[in-house]
Amino acid sequence: MLANRKLILAHFWLAFAVFGVALTLGAWQMFIRSPIGTWLSDPELYYRSLTAHGTVMGYVFPTLVAMGFGYAIAESALEQRLVGVRWAWTGFGLIVAGSIMAVIPIALGRASVLYTFYPPLIGNVFYYLGVVLVVVGSWIWVALMSLNLRIWRKAHPGAPVPLAMFANVAGSYLWAWTAVGAALELLLQIIPVAAGLKNTIDAGLARIFFSWTLHAIVYFWLMPTYIAYYTIVPRAIGGRVYSDSMARISFILFLVVAMPIGMHHTFADPMVGAGFKFIHSTFTALVALPTLLTVFTICASVEIAARLRGGRGMFGWIRALPWDNPMMLALAFSFVMLGFGGAGGLINMSYQLDASIHNTQWITGHFHLIFGGAIVIMYFAIAYDLWPHLTGRELIDVRLIRTQLWLWFIGMIVTTFPWHWVGILGMPRRMAYFDFGDPAIAPQALSVTFSAIGGFILLTSGLMFIVILARGMRAPQVDAGPYRFAIAVHQPKTVPVALNTHALWVALMIALTLTNYGYPILNLALSSGTSVPAVYVGAQ
Amino acid sequence: MSAEQAHDGSAEVAARVERRWATIAVAIIVMMALLAAFAGIHRATMPQPRVEIIDPSRIHLSGEFVESNLGSVLEASGNVTVRAIGQQYSFTPACILVPADTPITLRATSADVVHGILIQGTNVNTMLVPGYISEQLMRFTKTGDYLMPCQEFCSFGHEGMWGKVKVIDKTDFANRAKAGGRLSCVGQ
Repeated sequence: MLANRKLILAHFWLAFAVFGVALTLGAWQMFIRSPIGTWLSDPELYYRSLTAHGTVMGYVFPTLVAMGFGYAIAESALEQRLVGVRWAWTGFGLIVAGSIMAVIPIALGRASVLYTFYPPLIGNVFYYLGVVLVVVGSWIWVALMSLNLRIWRKAHPGAPVPLAMFANVAGSYLWAWTAVGAALELLLQIIPVAAGLKNTIDAGLARIFFSWTLHAIVYFWLMPTYIAYYTIVPRAIGGRVYSDSMARISFILFLVVAMPIGMHHTFADPMVGAGFKFIHSTFTALVALPTLLTVFTICASVEIAARLRGGRGMFGWIRALPWDNPMMLALAFSFVMLGFGGAGGLINMSYQLDASIHNTQWITGHFHLIFGGAIVIMYFAIAYDLWPHLTGRELIDVRLIRTQLWLWFIGMIVTTFPWHWVGILGMPRRMAYFDFGDPAIAPQALSVTFSAIGGFILLTSGLMFIVILARGMRAPQVDAGPYRFAIAVHQPKTVPVALNTHALWVALMIALTLTNYGYPILNLALSSGTSVPAVYVGAQ
Repeated sequence: MSAEQAHDGSAEVAARVERRWATIAVAIIVMMALLAAFAGIHRATMPQPRVEIIDPSRIHLSGEFVESNLGSVLEASGNVTVRAIGQQYSFTPACILVPADTPITLRATSADVVHGILIQGTNVNTMLVPGYISEQLMRFTKTGDYLMPCQEFCSFGHEGMWGKVKVIDKTDFANRAKAGGRLSCVGQ
């Protein structure tokens, strides 16, 4: 069993509890704005719910999963005592405090600004302070990951850092730096206005700061999933990692190119010029590279497992895979959703095609498919895989686990495919209701109904997940042994310094951020006459 | 041949296959970037290129977005310019009148918070950020009515912020424009 199981379980349980609440809100939103629900008499309730759903799913849930998983990796991959446990609890406490501080104004309808903030709309200051506390809590985790790796390096000079930890620390650095964009927006722009110290704000500059965070945060959400692809899946299905160095290269590429690309969210915005839009579009194309490499490496690793199990032929080996193993099932579902979601992503980042679907329901469908689908289904798999090592008890409901994964996959497809479709028809995002009686909107009614049904399938699956974990806390005891990660076919004895350290890549990440964001930010920050009056939300 | 040597051989094969795939992946990405650059330069399809600023608290007093200047105008060149503003929770004009088969420049801004303009069934799609002017070139090939929802959350009335675009025949539009002033289809 893991030594820090209490710490890790606290992170996971809080993550999954808030996930359950936000998922329920999400299903209600799908229902209430579909033709099967009746119109809301007070649309404001919808935006409260939407703010809560986004804030939890975007900031709290994935951050807690990454942190809990990160502590598990630090302890088990480095095979040393986790240093800074007290600080880790402090970080956890900050996240609890921040979440409570943020959720109260949301529930009171004083912060219905959505998790993307949208100044010059300004909500209650405690909402923003709560978000800041959550981020500060997670930064403690970043520092601890770095510190623990440093201690390990001292004890093992020159030895290859275990892949799981190398990737985990890369993910933590990515998060630390990408959160800076939203932090600057909050601390320099929004909070002074929300606190009443100022009453004007540059909305365009705020959108640029937010785009700094908004894209790379997705890769932070993705990191635990990719770590699971490389270091858990091959072990769980009886295979080997095809290539250790290609895995490292993929994580390095994420670290470097996930960051300077966020302005593809602002193609349709008036405050960025064409040049920087094009540069960001090109860099976004680059970020497809680590995913293409990963797809290859993981498929090859899975093939190794199949051939070790006696699989033969060009494609015949696929049948030899352990399909009753939840990890295999989760990986396959995740890859299918990653494939569709990734193809959609190439459309979004495209300099020209984006105009057809910008801010339509296509985008909502896209990120639910990628994040809610490809990424979160692997969070489930990570939890299932770690659970016996955290509880000392066996998860005996394997059939239930498989059903849960199937339902999540089906639910996500039923929800997001029609969602993409109505987006192509031009249905806008973030609306509390639609007038399906309008002949121009009526054809979208059927698709929206399907999405709502998908939402309830997802809710069922999500609640099953929580029940399975809860039952796992009371299952028969078992000695799960030490927690291990997959090893490569050719496990490296030495690794080039560049593939074993982060400093060079972090420097490159920061440098590219400065070249790709420096001018647009300075240009607006130094120009006068772009600040506009704040519009306070919920101030009657 | 020892087992160790066989193992080294397989490592070489593995590395070669991997390099090949990486090359294909890089080629795909380079091709995508080149396509985007080509379409941007050759076909002139690109997002708004220039940054223009404006003070939203004064747009109703003077300048190009005063109320009497909002709507569509037929320029001497034969092109049409449409000026519009978004505010919580409507567009002005609420119904935009434009001719078919004519190059149109849409110039718009916001009077308060962030809004967006999306014309359904087309790829006309731009943000309205207070403090900045959005400009988009467009051309309609089919006459008819198009819905124009606000596509960005602008607070509690966002779901009710729907405008309209009415595309009419080119000569019909020219006749209406003879009377001068700014055209719209509000109330029609």
